[in-house]
Amino acid sequence: MDLQRYQQPHVIQAALAQRRIAIVGLSSNQLRGSYFVGYYLRRHGYEIVPVNPREQEILGKKCYPSLSDVAEPVGVVCVFRAPAAVPAIAEEAIAMGAPYLWLQYTVISQEGADIAEAGGMQAIMDRCMKVEHARYRGRMHWLGFNTERISARRRLT
Amino acid sequence: MSDGDGEAREFGFHTRSVHAGSRPDPTTGARALPIYQTSSYVFEDPESAAAYFNLQEYGNTYSRIMNPTVAALEERVSNLEGGVGAVAFASGLAAQSAAFFTLLEPGDHVVASSALYGGSVTQLKHFFRKLSVELSFVDPDDLDNWRAALKDNTKLLFAETIGNPGGNVLDIEALADLAHGHQTPLMVDNTFATPYLARPMDWGADIVVYSATKFLGGHGTSIGGLVVESGEFDWANGRFSVVADPSPAYHGLPFYETFGIYGYLMKLRAETLRDLGAAMSPFNAFLFAQGLETLPLRMRQHVANANAIAQFLEARDDAERVSYPGLANSPYAGLVAKYLPRGAGAVFCFDLPGGREAGLRFISALNLFSHLANVGDAKSLVIHPASTTHRQLSDEELAAAGIGPGTIRLSVGIEDAADLIWDLTQAFDAIMEA
Repeated sequence: MDLQRYQQPHVIQAALAQRRIAIVGLSSNQLRGSYFVGYYLRRHGYEIVPVNPREQEILGKKCYPSLSDVAEPVGVVCVFRAPAAVPAIAEEAIAMGAPYLWLQYTVISQEGADIAEAGGMQAIMDRCMKVEHARYRGRMHWLGFNTERISARRRLT
Repeated sequence: MSDGDGEAREFGFHTRSVHAGSRPDPTTGARALPIYQTSSYVFEDPESAAAYFNLQEYGNTYSRIMNPTVAALEERVSNLEGGVGAVAFASGLAAQSAAFFTLLEPGDHVVASSALYGGSVTQLKHFFRKLSVELSFVDPDDLDNWRAALKDNTKLLFAETIGNPGGNVLDIEALADLAHGHQTPLMVDNTFATPYLARPMDWGADIVVYSATKFLGGHGTSIGGLVVESGEFDWANGRFSVVADPSPAYHGLPFYETFGIYGYLMKLRAETLRDLGAAMSPFNAFLFAQGLETLPLRMRQHVANANAIAQFLEARDDAERVSYPGLANSPYAGLVAKYLPRGAGAVFCFDLPGGREAGLRFISALNLFSHLANVGDAKSLVIHPASTTHRQLSDEELAAAGIGPGTIRLSVGIEDAADLIWDLTQAFDAIMEA
């Protein structure tokens, strides 16, 4: 699979410009990766919409059992689920009119991406929303990570 | 949305040597890399402080663990190497011990090249044996040696791109395949090649370690080292619970699951660097970053001079066993063509037939070559390993590392090749006259 097709910087940056993010598979366990991402995104001003049938409330927000239960529009559907669950999530994301489907590290589903694109969405795959935010807008460079960002322009932060 | 970065462009090595990791300072606009000479950092508020210590946010807490000047160096080296990140340490040996320490447990086994730098052999053989890590040293030139040394508890393979000082060139791709077939990472010390001459991760190496003291800095002013990781190794393969399992040293955090391809490096920084305490100083990081700006220019001159001197030595009857792998008749010529197409570095040995006494006389007669225990300076350097860097090793270990009593090691600098050849010629004359 050509993963790079789903990792294009301009698509990633456009997704990061959205403000309301549904996180499917968000855990309430503070040591899980999904919680790290949700906590980080909330800290950076995003509105988080948790989706997890086993939880009532995460990060101070009401938790929905499924995407189709979410009434408000969301800009990004961010997925922490097994790849096999992605096609159904993509169908629900199209139905709610979300413009971006963001599949986290190792959530790789060609079928899910195909469904999303056929439904007019743009798909991002095998990338972490926290890392990409930190790369383009945050402080990833403070911990010696390779942001692959080269510029002589002055940053604002 | 975009702030105008050329993110669609893959910049060249020279551009990245100058720019990677160092954008203009957001607060002051300073174009040079600022030296953040501070031990600690004021938190915006209590919640931010908690987020930094919980690793939920990328934040500065204390310069034993991170520092913005050091981070610029780390990003530059990881960018040039093609890794996901790097962690800097107070020395190359500190970097290496931390890289080992993060992934090994008592009872684990390491297979290492017998042609390593003497300090690395000593570190593995004595320091890590004290930590109950089992070692096997193998002649690195034959893959069968590596294969035969693998055991159920083998957790790491370790070698140098270009052996110090024997000049063995590693078959990185073949060794990486062997390691991965055993679900084991390959760690390569790339100090002699630098990312300009070789990028071991392009051939499957998982971890690359550096003494930055050498060619990366190039100025011989500072001691430092780095660990770079590719982010490709699967630490959750069931053999590395020390990386993958919830960590008792960090309130139960499962580093690999939480940080994915950055997990090993997060653990290396947040636990190993925190606990070993061997942090690089911001001033040294500034000097290394400054040196890296000219890395490709310097390496080209190092390699050109080394080639000229190796050919000069090879033509003389009173210099034997010229070990420069860049020579056309080197047994490593095929591996050089594959892994080191821009040149085989600038450190190599030759033997004086007169043995120990001739070696000492030769060194005494040199004018431009500095007699000292270092390599990779812009200045040309010389040493007699049997009486200095490798003197802790037994005769058998010396022979295994390819060193004889009359072996002279040169680190060829960036002076004029004709001047260096003049200096060597008059030192050969001095032996004849004695």
